[in-house]
Amino acid sequence: MAIPNPGDAGRGKIDESLSTESADVVRHESAWERARRSWSVRIGGTVLLILLFIAIAAPWLGTVDPTLFDAGSRDLTPGKEGEITTLDGEAIKHKFIMGSDSFGRDIYSRVLYGTRVSLIVGAFSAAVALLFGIVLGLMSGYVRWLDGPLMRVMDGIMAIPAILIAIALVAMFRASLLSVIIAIAIPEIPRVTRLVRSLVLTIREEPYVEAAISLGTPAWKIMGFHILPNTVAPLLVQGTYICAFGILVEAILSFLGVGLPPDIPTWGNIMSEGRSQFVSFPHNVFFPGLFLAATVLAVNILGDGLRDTLDPKMARRT
Amino acid sequence: MSTAPVSKIAAGSGPVLEVRGLSIELPKGSDRGLAVSGASFTVERGEIVCLVGESGSGKSVIAQSVMGLLPKQLPVAGGTILLEGEDITHAPLSRLRQLRATRMSMVFQEPMTALNPVMSCGEQIDEVLEEHTKLSPAERRLKILETIREVRLPEPERIYASYPHQLSGGQRQRIVIAMALILDPALIIADEPTTALDVTTQAQILQLIRDLQARHGTGVLFITHDFGVVAEIAQKVAVLRLGELVEFGLRDEVLKHPRHAYTKMLIRAVPTLAPVQRAADATAPIVLEIRNLSKTYVDRGWLTKKREVRAAMEVNLEIRRGQTLGIVGESGSGKSTVARCVVRLIDPTSGEIRLSGEDIAKLSARKLRPLRRRVQIVFQDPYRSLNPRRRVGEAIIEGPINYGLSRAEAIERARKLMELVRMDPASLERYPHQFSGGQRQRICIARALAMEPELLIADEAVSALDVSVQAQVLALLEEIRGRLNLAMLFITHDLRVAAQICDQVAVMSQGRVVEYGPAAEVFLRPSHEYTRALFAAAPGRDFAFSTETH
Repeated sequence: MAIPNPGDAGRGKIDESLSTESADVVRHESAWERARRSWSVRIGGTVLLILLFIAIAAPWLGTVDPTLFDAGSRDLTPGKEGEITTLDGEAIKHKFIMGSDSFGRDIYSRVLYGTRVSLIVGAFSAAVALLFGIVLGLMSGYVRWLDGPLMRVMDGIMAIPAILIAIALVAMFRASLLSVIIAIAIPEIPRVTRLVRSLVLTIREEPYVEAAISLGTPAWKIMGFHILPNTVAPLLVQGTYICAFGILVEAILSFLGVGLPPDIPTWGNIMSEGRSQFVSFPHNVFFPGLFLAATVLAVNILGDGLRDTLDPKMARRT
Repeated sequence: MSTAPVSKIAAGSGPVLEVRGLSIELPKGSDRGLAVSGASFTVERGEIVCLVGESGSGKSVIAQSVMGLLPKQLPVAGGTILLEGEDITHAPLSRLRQLRATRMSMVFQEPMTALNPVMSCGEQIDEVLEEHTKLSPAERRLKILETIREVRLPEPERIYASYPHQLSGGQRQRIVIAMALILDPALIIADEPTTALDVTTQAQILQLIRDLQARHGTGVLFITHDFGVVAEIAQKVAVLRLGELVEFGLRDEVLKHPRHAYTKMLIRAVPTLAPVQRAADATAPIVLEIRNLSKTYVDRGWLTKKREVRAAMEVNLEIRRGQTLGIVGESGSGKSTVARCVVRLIDPTSGEIRLSGEDIAKLSARKLRPLRRRVQIVFQDPYRSLNPRRRVGEAIIEGPINYGLSRAEAIERARKLMELVRMDPASLERYPHQFSGGQRQRICIARALAMEPELLIADEAVSALDVSVQAQVLALLEEIRGRLNLAMLFITHDLRVAAQICDQVAVMSQGRVVEYGPAAEVFLRPSHEYTRALFAAAPGRDFAFSTETH
């Protein structure tokens, strides 16, 4: 676009049309457009969308109530036909695609319903960790006197292995979806806090933040409108890693028997129950394990793709 | 390659470098098709050719193509590059590796990143010798020490063993030059080698390059954007505009009688060192009065010894309404510290900052807030001064809204300001990355003016801009100062810029103001030794650039 000439102050008139700066402004593609072109984002995203669909549509995908069992259909191998008794006491024909466990429950139905728990735990533990991490990180990075005390507390939490904190927390409260999510999120908070703090420390030195200070913008507005939006990309990437970790930890907790009660179908619970019969009926562990691995892999691939496209260190200067 | 004997015949005669109709492609979707289109020029033996152009003109791309360092996205589309008669346009990597350092070498802009921080300087030069010669370690060491001496570094033995971080910027650049020179190449490509250096250091490095080049008879392709440097060092000048070589000729011809309109425009935009005389009203009210301002940074580690850095000491300055005070000085002289104290981005250690009589040096954040409006600042880097995630309009109305203006009124004011800084009000809806550096700097000026300040501080506000854009922004600042009757504090390292815009000038060195007075006085009759050294170092100070308009 052409800008009118700023006049000639004692100097010859400047022919704007000849200046390089009046060349057309190149359109940068947005972060989202860049992300969408990445194969990692496409593959990871697609697998996750399929899993999300499975979780939502589980009742209509040829499943039965995952808590139903039938003594006559115990330890069926994958693909066998059998009967299953409904809550009304009615026995119906059912094909056990992934076989059945030692109670005669349908593994296929249990695995599909288990997707719900895993995705919810992954997403919400990431959300909780990010929420607290952002607030604490902003405070620590922007309010200097808070930095020391806050970060020492965070160091303290980081000194304890994450899985041990999670086990201790779940043991303290009754095991429920909420307590499991919180137990998984708490050990992750220090990591997010550290990340946000380091980002804040860099961004607060940027001239546009200093300009905002001289414009009289109050501190909370600077944090909310100038600093926070510029931390979104790295946080999104960190969020995917927490999500993958959360799904794994939930499975570990269930497997160890300290997670959700055994009647709730989770991949960890299914594997835990199948463990004793692993040698003769490996399908009890195989199918939930396969889903768990696929989910965690998809989330991590998505995270890698996002990091490559969104991380300011990788991206071109905008 | 069959060209090897040819190069032997050619050695000693003919041009060192001949570029014929060179075209280099840009990736698809760029703002133009070719990074360089049909550029032709020659560098004769013992000749310094300056390649000048604004950012994005393709000058560095040409340097990279000669060295064979072009990234894959920028393929050579046509033309030839002849090094001592040998066609190296599409030479294989192995041949290029032989040629680099022995027949051609490069000096980079940033001496810190051009050197490996974990290797001593001597070892780094030694690497070149080890790769290309059969000398014994002892012979190599002798040769290195001799070269270090030749680039006029003191105590060669100590320099040999020191690491890059132990040397100053100028010394590091000398090491880089020593490295480029040690095998006596026929061609040296210097890509903005003095841009990152202070003006006095720059003068020394330019002198060194000129001396060495004369002694060795090396051809030098010198890339720069600074016409002062061109006037200082060039024998021939090639002017690039958007990848096209628009003018190539002898220095005096190009600088004094430019033929192409673009060259004329560029040369006209170079500010002169002669201060602009302006009647200053000595009775205008004082807007800013700085008394005995000091800032000391104390670095108190947990277990380390206390370290003090005195960034500014006993600074006394004042600015009257409608006048411009320039603070000039080299990096680390404390000029930005003073500016940041006045805006209270940092807290001064002692002294007074009186804003229309009110001392703001020690005010608490709460009491300071109503006064912040009165001082506004424009920063150096236009690419970092605007939040990339907020629209231009949001940036400009932010301040007025903070001080109680309604959104509609603020937007109205923003539209008026956009017209004042000569930009389309529709720009308010766009994001900063859609604008060029000069346009962003105008936006920053509009943002500062939206607060209706009494004092506008420009902290190296035009240093990052190309010379033609710099001239526009300077003219704009000058116009605004006059129209709004603003007091302006203008911080710069560039004496030419200071001469154009300042009524008063303060020269700072190592935290102190060493000379302070009316611009004409300071520029024409500098009294302090440091000021005189600074003026003597200004590149191209004695050169009369063309002043013809068309």
